[in-house]
Amino acid sequence: MTALETLEPSRGRGDLPRPSHLRPADVLAVGSVGMRTRRLRTALTALGIAIGIASLVAVMGISSSSHKDLDARLNALGTNRLEVQAGQSFTPGGTPALDNNALAMIRRIGPVEAASGITTVSATVLRNNFVNPSETGGISIDSTDQFFAQATGATMASGQFLNAANVNYPAIVLGATSASRLGIRSVNQHARVYVSGHFFAVVGILKPIPLFPNLDTAAFIGRPVAATLFATSLAPDTAFVVTVPAQLDTVRSVLAATADPAAPGEAAVTRPSDAIAAKQAVDTSLTALLLGLGGVALVVGGIGIANVMVISVLERRTEIGVRRALGATKRHVRLQFLVEAVLLSLLGGILGVVLGVGVTIGYAHVQDIKLSIPALAAAAGLGAAIVVGALAGISPASRAARLAPADAIRPL
Amino acid sequence: MSGEAQASGATISELAAPDEVGARDTARSTVLELRDVVKEYAGTPPVRALDGVDLSVRRGEMVGIVGPSGSGKSTLLNLLGLLDRPTEGTIALDGVLVAGLRDRQLSALRGRRIGFIFQTFNLIDGLDGVENVALGLTYAGVRASERRRRATEALDRVGLAHRATHRPSQLSGGERQRVAIARAIVTDPALVLADEPTGNLDTRTGDTIIETLSELHADGSTIVLITHDTAIAQRMPRRVTMRDGRIESDEVVSR
Ligand SMILES: Nc1ncnc2c1ncn2[C@@H]1O[C@H](COP(=O)(O)OP(=O)(O)OP(=O)(O)O)[C@@H](O)[C@H]1O
Ligand SMILES: [Mg+2]
Repeated sequence: MTALETLEPSRGRGDLPRPSHLRPADVLAVGSVGMRTRRLRTALTALGIAIGIASLVAVMGISSSSHKDLDARLNALGTNRLEVQAGQSFTPGGTPALDNNALAMIRRIGPVEAASGITTVSATVLRNNFVNPSETGGISIDSTDQFFAQATGATMASGQFLNAANVNYPAIVLGATSASRLGIRSVNQHARVYVSGHFFAVVGILKPIPLFPNLDTAAFIGRPVAATLFATSLAPDTAFVVTVPAQLDTVRSVLAATADPAAPGEAAVTRPSDAIAAKQAVDTSLTALLLGLGGVALVVGGIGIANVMVISVLERRTEIGVRRALGATKRHVRLQFLVEAVLLSLLGGILGVVLGVGVTIGYAHVQDIKLSIPALAAAAGLGAAIVVGALAGISPASRAARLAPADAIRPL
Repeated sequence: MSGEAQASGATISELAAPDEVGARDTARSTVLELRDVVKEYAGTPPVRALDGVDLSVRRGEMVGIVGPSGSGKSTLLNLLGLLDRPTEGTIALDGVLVAGLRDRQLSALRGRRIGFIFQTFNLIDGLDGVENVALGLTYAGVRASERRRRATEALDRVGLAHRATHRPSQLSGGERQRVAIARAIVTDPALVLADEPTGNLDTRTGDTIIETLSELHADGSTIVLITHDTAIAQRMPRRVTMRDGRIESDEVVSR
């Protein structure tokens, strides 16, 4: 029998058994045994991941909903509106103004659909002639023409806007805030207001103008009557322009020069919808902060999983030994614990997505904004959970795989 | 993979001279063959747990290993079960030289040719009886339905068919050990190894376990078991006594 030592080992492998093999269906079963037997621990660990994923999905969902809502609102308001303000310098006569013929010239630009303008009137408006004139309530008076409503997108809460006829008479239209400050709710009250020595009939009350909120605190009278009673200039200091949507940039590029040929670089052209979008954009820093917090929660959740997996490997040392004795290879053991970590994290991920979507729905409902749940956010949530689980599982799974079978089954 | 081709298992029949027909037959009936096996555990000083052990176990034998605590019985059994590698010497299992084998190949040999029974049963809590027994076939890639069928059969052989769906925590110690025996034999292994299978049981229950193992032996299984119990040792057809990492005596009791 010394033949064993002296002969070269043969290359033949006739008597080696087929290699160990774990069916794909069994990988899941083997990887979930630990979770199924330790339910409370599983739930608590998954909860950590769930909170992280939920906040990520909720932040993305809320942000996406807000954007969708803003886009819809801006589209409703019109992104094809422009505002031209007279330059602040070169004002020899006092207040800055555009050219006398600015509006006529602007209307001559092909793609301009509507244009109007306002000029500040040096007058104060009071509820009646008994009120102390110093209590103007912060209401400014502007002179304008009958195209104002179309050019600004303003709509009526009550009555009519000025028309071609009453611009010559003491008729006044109140901005939404102005009306409430004066305590006038409807034109049916046949209210009059007292404008620097003259009574004006209230013919219309505007709804708030979302694109031009500063106009809500104004009151509007006809340009001719303003010129007659208060010697107001006929030159507008601000113009409002509506363009054919596709030609907005063309109009924008020529607008300043058209509105004020004498000082072509002075007039400032802005698109009011941009201002609203920019104001909303400030919120992205908050979104980023919340996303960051969600990310931190996810990392903490991942550490929790890694921690639980390390404990699991220690506790199940004997089980690992038994599985190795029953034919499991190192790879099978590694796979078992990796799958367990991923399943644990995925469970948290699913819970987190459900929670996050729920929060988004609740937010959209309470804020009364359009709901938008980006499928990408949900998919990203689950993907993130899988990645976190895999990362958290790698080290403990490798430890489990490295355990020598004889050490693993040795009673402690 | 070139490494795999080199890491080969030579068979004992290949090692025997081709003209020695008789030797060939003897080799065929040898399940386990140890030559000059030394196992040293690293440390200061290193522990020589096995110090030149020669042992051969033939198909159908039932061998009891006895000896004082620390004499190297468990170390020997770990080597027999390919759970560990010797520091020196050669081991051949079922005709395969295990020295050059990779971990994957050792795992396959353990899974398919060896059944293990432990002192502490080592069943998995989350699985019921059938599932625990079926685990012996899981890493052999056997289909689930086939696993269940064979696991139920194995439980029947150890007289535990009526406890098939109970969890380990719902079973008595003796019943647990019998589930473990079923798990060990479900693959129809060439060799069953048991390290003090009665160590955690009272004498009467231990006796029933030994009876079960004896029945398996009578049906043709090859069994090597470690025991501290002299009464059990007396009943073994072959008794190997160890002392200080060596085999002190190896006696076959003829009946
Ligand atoms: N992993 C190890 N590292 C270092 N020394 C070890 C290791 N395992 C066993 N030993 C030592 O090897 C010797 C033999 O141990 P072994 O477990 O084989 O004894 P045994 O005969 O099974 O004893 P018992 O009857 O108490 O189970 C002992 O001295 C022990 O301390
Ligand atoms: Mg021992």
